[in-house]
Amino acid sequence: MPLPQLTEESVVIGAKAEDWRAAVREAGAALTRSGATLPAYAEEMVRMIDEHGPYVVIAPGLALAHARPGPAVLANGLAVVTLATPVNFGHPHNDPVSVILGLAVADAEAHLASVAELANIFNDEGAIPALAAADSVEEVQRIMGVQL
Amino acid sequence: MKIVAICGAGIGSSAILKVNAERVLARLGIEADVTAADIASVQTVATDAQVILTSAEFVDAIGKTFADIVVIENYFDANELMVKLEEALG
Repeated sequence: MPLPQLTEESVVIGAKAEDWRAAVREAGAALTRSGATLPAYAEEMVRMIDEHGPYVVIAPGLALAHARPGPAVLANGLAVVTLATPVNFGHPHNDPVSVILGLAVADAEAHLASVAELANIFNDEGAIPALAAADSVEEVQRIMGVQL
Repeated sequence: MKIVAICGAGIGSSAILKVNAERVLARLGIEADVTAADIASVQTVATDAQVILTSAEFVDAIGKTFADIVVIENYFDANELMVKLEEALG
């Protein structure tokens, strides 16, 4: 299963976010624009971090924001938000964060293969800096493996 | 051998850990069953696990276990995973 489609609506370049909550909400808004989630999903992603801590910062400079499948998820979706100014999540090793991935999955079992795709992209250690430096939606899509 | 990857929801970061751990284990020639799960189900899922892979945030919440808890910092760094898995399994 490929990654959920990374459409133009689900990419934001150089977003201005004053803190990690605002950054995660940007990713939530992008998921909603792309039709994957209801607006409430953004707050669910924020709540996951409030509840469990900054573990979503899974690599230097990168946060994988997500919540559980539920009524706020309409379809599988992926969003990429790059920040004009990096924000701290309070992670002991991987702050500051300049790239937020927003992930919504309708069915937890079915999405493992698409997450494997994410691993393929980011096992290349140049991918996160390249995303952070990208200045067009097309460039982000290319790094994320979208056939243009 | 059973390995469990734990995160908050069991769908995002733990799924990435599972995929990368399977790749590293294949490279090491170790046969293991790797499961992704959320922190709420750790006590049931990990009862017979040898290793739990997770982030520092979840170590306290995992509580008492016979498994080795391996804390991963960079989920995409195959070398980090390889070194820490080898240490835990060796």
